[in-house]
Amino acid sequence: MTTPSTLTAEELHRTEPVPAGSGRRRPGIKVERVNWPGTIILVLCAVTVLLPLYVTVSMALKTQGQAVDGNAFSFPAPFSIDGFVQAWTLTNFPVGAAMSLLVTAGTVVATIVLAAFASYAIVRNWERRLFRYSFYYLLAAMFIPFPVVALPQIQMTGRLGLDNPLGVILLATMFQLSFSVLLFTAFLRSIPMELEESARIDGATTWQTFWQLIFPLLAPMSATVGIFAFLYAWNDFMMPSLIISDPALQTLPVRQNLFQTQFSNNYHVSFASYLMAMAPAIVAYLFTQRWVMAGVTQGAVKG
Amino acid sequence: MSTTTATRRGQGRPESRSRRRVEPIFYFFLLPSLVLFTLAITVPGLVGIFFSFTDSIGIGDWEFAGLTNYIAIFSDPAILQSYLFTFGFSIVTVLVVNVIAFLLAVGLTSQIRMKTALRTIFVIPMVVSGIIIAYVFNFLFSNSLPSAGAAAGISWLETSLLANPDLAWIAIVVVTAWQAVPGALLIYIAGLVSIPGDVYEAAEIDGASKFQQLLKITAPLVAGYVVINIILGFKGFLNAYDIIVGLTNGGPGTSTRSIAMTVIAGFNGGDYAYQMANATIFFVVAVLISLLQLSLTRGRNTL
Repeated sequence: MTTPSTLTAEELHRTEPVPAGSGRRRPGIKVERVNWPGTIILVLCAVTVLLPLYVTVSMALKTQGQAVDGNAFSFPAPFSIDGFVQAWTLTNFPVGAAMSLLVTAGTVVATIVLAAFASYAIVRNWERRLFRYSFYYLLAAMFIPFPVVALPQIQMTGRLGLDNPLGVILLATMFQLSFSVLLFTAFLRSIPMELEESARIDGATTWQTFWQLIFPLLAPMSATVGIFAFLYAWNDFMMPSLIISDPALQTLPVRQNLFQTQFSNNYHVSFASYLMAMAPAIVAYLFTQRWVMAGVTQGAVKG
Repeated sequence: MSTTTATRRGQGRPESRSRRRVEPIFYFFLLPSLVLFTLAITVPGLVGIFFSFTDSIGIGDWEFAGLTNYIAIFSDPAILQSYLFTFGFSIVTVLVVNVIAFLLAVGLTSQIRMKTALRTIFVIPMVVSGIIIAYVFNFLFSNSLPSAGAAAGISWLETSLLANPDLAWIAIVVVTAWQAVPGALLIYIAGLVSIPGDVYEAAEIDGASKFQQLLKITAPLVAGYVVINIILGFKGFLNAYDIIVGLTNGGPGTSTRSIAMTVIAGFNGGDYAYQMANATIFFVVAVLISLLQLSLTRGRNTL
């Protein structure tokens, strides 16, 4: 957050008039003034984005008595961490967080490594049919929504003993693969061969070249691929709820359905629980904004 | 035809063969992705299509049933309702999302204050878990909105939107749009900043008003991005699941059941083969939309 200027911000600034007093500005054209009505409208719009988040935080900090009084927008008075204490034990938060963390870390690492491996092989052997067709084959997953293959996958993971977080890691990684391979291959094509050839002249094997030269060069793409795998794996409800059969191994989003059936009037507990499940993704986003924003644009334009 | 292949073969083959053979390590890079992808997605997909022609209930014996399932689906009111609901909801949401995202993008690229902070806020909904934010909105729709409706004397708001079979879809559109606007917004911002600033300067010198500039310059130049956003959004909304589960769980009755929810319900309902036929049809629909996307966005990769 210390560097609010992001990739898209830099692009934005290109189209802005250079501030008054700067020598580069051509004379004779009036400097555009700050658009205050626009600023005010956008701030009001931003409130609608923040309102549900404010409600979550304020409800989570209320006492049980204040939480059931029906006013969602009131400020917590007095502050209470009772909701968090109860949510911690009720949802078995440490285990849920560990499962979410396991699924997320596994998906992120597996997606980056497998996609980078495959993309490198594909780009360097593009003239070979096997590699060229593999690219289109892996990309075809973009055509397949999860619900289409969900039923057979539930059966298969059940039979193979993968009806647990490991199965979710495998499936989530495979569904992330097309987008990731697309980003990696586009980037790899822009790396000049000469760079690699100089490493080869120094006697590096392909394995060494990949890890010491290519993989570090891929870092910005890995960041984008990684953050999207993170957001998907951390936030997803559908896949873990269907694949993981043992409730004790469920991830955080799935555990929240507890409050839809039981404890449905303990709003301060449920909102504390929601907050604890949402916060890591929001914090991760605040620190990785530029890759999130770049990823959306690249994914859309290249896909 | 034959001569061109012959010359291409004559030129290309020996050269590339003498240049190098595929290093075995590249197979090691590619094969893990290919094998896992095939096992996790292709095989379940084919198994599902196979069973859609049987009378399997998911376990035990089964017999071939030909096209029985497919014929039954086209006269099943529950399935037709889920298709109508899903397509109607997707069309409305796509329109809402794109109008809001485009206006916000125009605002965020104009001369406003707090540009970076506002953009950071507007992207937050994208990184929040769908099911959890649906639970939060569920609370607002069932508690806060009815009391606000009662206070304002609007009778149809006094009961929860979510309990009204005719209006529950509005709540789903609101929450889905809340979460989907950021993705479309970022793509529109990328489109808007790609328009060179001198186009606007020239228009200004010719006396075009801000509104005329928006209509005559901005809108046509971002048309490609509109197409991308509409198709990406539509594809995503057709898979709607998490947010609906969190808001209405398909209810009241089955009025807000999406296609994905009917398919998944088949897993517990014992009509496995039947829902696999449904999923296969859904797959064909998804492929057709993706092919439409490819034909509309082909040649736009330079955007």
